[in-house]
Amino acid sequence: MSVTTHPIVTTGNRRTAFWRLEGFPLIPFLILVLILFVAIFADFLAPHDPQIGNLARRFRPPAWQQGGSMEYLLGTDHVGRDVLSRLIFGARVSIIVGSAAVLVAGTIGTLLGIVSAYLGGWVDQVIMRITDTWLALPALTFAIFLAAIVGPSELNIIVILGGVYWTRYARVIRGEVLSLKEREFVRLAIVAGCSKRMIMWRHILPNVINSAIVLATLMLGIVVVTEASLSFLGVGVPPPKPAWGLMLADGKKGMMVGYWWLTVFPGLCIMLMVLSANLLGDWLRVKLDPQLRQL
Amino acid sequence: MQHFILRRIGYSLVSLFLLSLTIFLFVRLTGDPASLLVEPGASAADIAAIHRQLGLDQPLWIQYWHFVSSFIQGDLGKSFYYNTPVLDLYFQRLPNSLLLAAVAMAFSLLIGIPSGIMAAVNVGGPWDSIGKVFALLGLSLPSFWVALVMILFFSVYLGWLPSSGSGTFLHLLMPAFALGWYFAAAHMRLTRSSMLEVLGSEYVKLARIKGLPERLVIGKHAFKNALLPVVTLAGINLVVMINVAVVVETVFAWPGIGRLLYEGITFRDFPIVQGVVVVGGAMIVAVNLIIDILYAFIDPRIRLES
Repeated sequence: MSVTTHPIVTTGNRRTAFWRLEGFPLIPFLILVLILFVAIFADFLAPHDPQIGNLARRFRPPAWQQGGSMEYLLGTDHVGRDVLSRLIFGARVSIIVGSAAVLVAGTIGTLLGIVSAYLGGWVDQVIMRITDTWLALPALTFAIFLAAIVGPSELNIIVILGGVYWTRYARVIRGEVLSLKEREFVRLAIVAGCSKRMIMWRHILPNVINSAIVLATLMLGIVVVTEASLSFLGVGVPPPKPAWGLMLADGKKGMMVGYWWLTVFPGLCIMLMVLSANLLGDWLRVKLDPQLRQL
Repeated sequence: MQHFILRRIGYSLVSLFLLSLTIFLFVRLTGDPASLLVEPGASAADIAAIHRQLGLDQPLWIQYWHFVSSFIQGDLGKSFYYNTPVLDLYFQRLPNSLLLAAVAMAFSLLIGIPSGIMAAVNVGGPWDSIGKVFALLGLSLPSFWVALVMILFFSVYLGWLPSSGSGTFLHLLMPAFALGWYFAAAHMRLTRSSMLEVLGSEYVKLARIKGLPERLVIGKHAFKNALLPVVTLAGINLVVMINVAVVVETVFAWPGIGRLLYEGITFRDFPIVQGVVVVGGAMIVAVNLIIDILYAFIDPRIRLES
């Protein structure tokens, strides 16, 4: 299709710029890769079963402290489960819930954004009213409310987080499509007799994918923190599954007597993941999409 | 102007309508609302009584009308656990939430605005870098983890601050910091970008050409104008704070609205959960409306557009 040549050339240029890797946040990128690796190979990496503890070995401190052993490198929790193994399997929960929720949010938001901007008129009005309402709601409180109704499960959390966070996509993508649809190649496609669906799918969508990816990276951090908060409050991932937020909730029990490792390590994991996603997202934003720099 | 205000009020009503409709439908589509509204372990007869009382046998739109009209009359249902109306509980806890939010806000502004100005005045300098790290951490760290680590350090190891509860000013310090850091980061970023914009403007250049000392240029000419967006954001954030404080209040057992919501979840006390969400949503819609109207008063371009 000759009409699409122009936009494809621009994305091509952007892609070469991407590989020049100026100021590439290498360490955050490596941390995310490491978390992904750990999540995939959790079964081989974890030294113990993350869900079955040994009550005779409760509250063991990390190996380097008095009373710790190499067997439980980062100590054990209130039912004698290995903290390291739970952290390793927790990475899997965070990666699965985080990326799936971002995917759900991204799909809903991007599609609504494209449809809203391209069709305009009352469709645009209705979708934007709904977006505004959703945007006005306190996301965390609303997610808690929904989770409290449907009950805790990983799938529910994914759907809820996706359903709460799609608004940002819809807003940003709509803005982009509004300017895209005035461009030559879209007008030419109309003249060539493409249907509206065809134009949105083949000509508009490929041009907003960059923005969607940037938003997804930035959204990953928010979603991971929200999942941890929900799990911490008892409406997220159900116990005894090893989720970082859940581990923090459990760790609270031993905190006042100084069992610091139950609180510090899961939080560090959340922090590393969120910080890395944010740094990478910031870099991608500047690199891939100059329009989003103001975001 | 009148037209603009009416239009905005109309939008807000649509928002409230969508909010109530969402909550209404969600509760009904995901199962039997009666099972949420009776105490755990209630008998079949109790459930049948609730069905009749709520009119769950009637068509959906009549049910919706009952749902909305009871909210408008301030009837948010009755808590199972406390056996008092939800609205009473809400207003009992609101002062605590406001106190926490006010201190957290003061803290976030005291840190956010000066550091934002420092960063804007010497872009790329050491202050700018320190500010960037501070903001990045504030936006990335989960507030409840900050809270837990602070308790571990200041309460358990040093024994300086009380780990939970309320009553004295010392009880407020850690919750306010944990809650305020994120907002301090947001205020800092906005102050920085807003200052940078103002510093590049014509009238600041003129003030400099006039030979005013740098202190006056920054303090009087630039700062005052850069402050407006920050103050607006702070106004919205105060309401947001009350509603996102759930986790922080839970960690510190602070008796605010967030804690009420958490109790609602743990005791399966559904009317409380629903009430807190409805009032929170309505509050935010109201604040957005007020800010829109205030902005239209300040800036004629907004009310003349469309």
